[in-house]
Amino acid sequence: MKSKGRIRILIAKPGLDTHDRGAKMIARACKDAGMEVIYLKPKHTVDNIISAAIEEDVDIIGLSILSGTHMEMCSGMVDKMKKQNLNLPIILGGIIPKSDIPLLKRLGIKEVFRSGVHTNTVVRWIEDEVKGGR
Amino acid sequence: MQNKEETEKILVERDRWFQEKFSKRKAPDEEARLASRSALSAGVGRKDFYTPLDLSIDYLKDIGFPGQYPFTRGVHPSMYLGRLWTMRQVTGYGTPEETNKRFKYQVSQGQTGLAVVPDTPTRDGYDSDHPMAKGEVGRLGVPLDTIDDMERLFEGLPLDQINPALIESVTGTMVILAMYFALAENKGIPLEKLRGTIQNSCLANSIYCGELNIFPPEHALRIATDIFEYCSKYVPKWNTVNVGGYQITEQGANTVQELGISMAFGLTYLESALKRGLAIDSFAPRIAFYFTSGNNFFEEIAKFRAARRMWARFMKERMGAKDERSMMLRYHIQTSAASLPAQEAQNNIIRCTLHAITAALGGVQSLHVNSFDEALALPTEESLRISLRTQQIIAHESGICDTIDPLGGSYLVEDLTNKIEKEATDLINKIEDMGGGSILNGVIIGIKSGFLAREVMETDQAKLKAIEAGEKVVIGQNKFRIPDEEEPNVTLMKVDPELENIQITRLIEMKKERDNTRVKKQLDKLREVAKSDENMMPTMIETVKSHASLGEIVQTLKEVFGFFDRVQII
Repeated sequence: MKSKGRIRILIAKPGLDTHDRGAKMIARACKDAGMEVIYLKPKHTVDNIISAAIEEDVDIIGLSILSGTHMEMCSGMVDKMKKQNLNLPIILGGIIPKSDIPLLKRLGIKEVFRSGVHTNTVVRWIEDEVKGGR
Repeated sequence: MQNKEETEKILVERDRWFQEKFSKRKAPDEEARLASRSALSAGVGRKDFYTPLDLSIDYLKDIGFPGQYPFTRGVHPSMYLGRLWTMRQVTGYGTPEETNKRFKYQVSQGQTGLAVVPDTPTRDGYDSDHPMAKGEVGRLGVPLDTIDDMERLFEGLPLDQINPALIESVTGTMVILAMYFALAENKGIPLEKLRGTIQNSCLANSIYCGELNIFPPEHALRIATDIFEYCSKYVPKWNTVNVGGYQITEQGANTVQELGISMAFGLTYLESALKRGLAIDSFAPRIAFYFTSGNNFFEEIAKFRAARRMWARFMKERMGAKDERSMMLRYHIQTSAASLPAQEAQNNIIRCTLHAITAALGGVQSLHVNSFDEALALPTEESLRISLRTQQIIAHESGICDTIDPLGGSYLVEDLTNKIEKEATDLINKIEDMGGGSILNGVIIGIKSGFLAREVMETDQAKLKAIEAGEKVVIGQNKFRIPDEEEPNVTLMKVDPELENIQITRLIEMKKERDNTRVKKQLDKLREVAKSDENMMPTMIETVKSHASLGEIVQTLKEVFGFFDRVQII
């Protein structure tokens, strides 16, 4: 059972790409909205990110991918989480072509936020999702 | 500029105009407009209207003539009348062969310079067959595992006639450079004939476009300095560093921060080389800069003019340079990628055009114009061609290149140039004070403490808030926007995933077939040189010739230098 307190979110960038401006913006907005943010520096493997999510007992995972590797990274992440029976919503942001969004959702990604989205939209979406899931 | 009588007359007339005309027409929300305007740019004050009275300038001292100290109006006497800037679109994806094909296409379309960007594993010092590289080989650049890849990349291109930029600043900077030099030697081309640039701006990447797992700043500086020293002796036409301001601004910095921090970095490279015992004029002429040009048209133009004047003054007054070439700030621009929204991406063609005009009016030496689909994927052949055509149309059709520094003498531009120079110089002085009178120490403290990253982050957050509040208008994103579902589809570049397998398979085979005893001997030798004070470059060249891979070389250096983890700030 998760605590009913503040929302805990893990924000991470899988892979070697280091363009982390967007990830930091979302992290800051979540923090300002009163969430507990666990922000991983860039350059983590999918495995590292999953371990961190378990260790930190987060409510939701936010991924940021700008390198065009979102399909591989997300399918790897979803598969591994399924194997570990880890049922956490994943949201994705970054440079994601619109045409990839239906595919990503079919994979199991809960929501995709493309660059330019208002941070309030993201924050509100997370609040609704996590509170609804509790 | 005008005599006292004239000044008096202008003053009287200006006041009359203000009272009778202008003040009556001011918009009702004047205060809000002015407040938002200062929040959007560097905070560099701008007036509503300029007259000659707003300009206090000593023409010969502050502006002068093109090609003459302090180079405010350009580094070359005839600027684009003599020679246009180099049109240098960046390329790198898939495999070296794919990238080579792209190079040749670009040259066939009239591009005049090449620039190669390695993929993320290469930039991080991982070979394509490393587990960390999985899924990333050839995605954001070209994989360069060994000298064989360098050979494939430049196949059919005469190394003694081209002038490529090698975009690598992080762990592999010396390896990539050594591969290029070794390739030239293998082809029998003397190094003194080579022209080109290695980015090598280790400091910019240590805080911003945030590389992790890199060498600590002191060791990164040693590598940079080894390159300065080696090239000043053996490859005199090679540009040994492209001091990065681009990365800083694209992380959110304003124009003053871009100039202040990048110049502080430039001065740090100088200080490090002087400590080594190099004479300033032996290496300073080969230092270049790498800036961005963004949306704020006049402020950006003023930034480039201020940059030239600042560097000239620093070189002469602080560093005691005697050679005028040491005082000339030459620079490459990549237009601002961070200011290209994904929404209504075609609008970015117009933004990129504005950025490119800014670059041309600023006096750029080498230019990459981003592609409109940058916010969606790597450029396609078509979007890349549009970027190149943008440069060509500005250069050949607009008339901008017919007059040197056409905005020189504009009250607004000269005033902004002064203000940006002053504010950026204040920031440099602040960094120097942090280091107790040494810029080098100040920069290292600024990196390690997170001070510099935090300054930029705060500016970025303020910018974001202004966009979200609608104070800073982004057409197609927060104003005049079509609904999501009506957005036209853009054909995007797709990198064939099979290319990754090709690269990995042949690397594994090559590692089996090469003379592994020789590789091991070379790596051991490199380790010893890295531990000593000796310049690493000659050994590095021999090591890449042995077919040692970039991953193996970086691993060897990591064992000696260790790692630096960037301070993370949110």
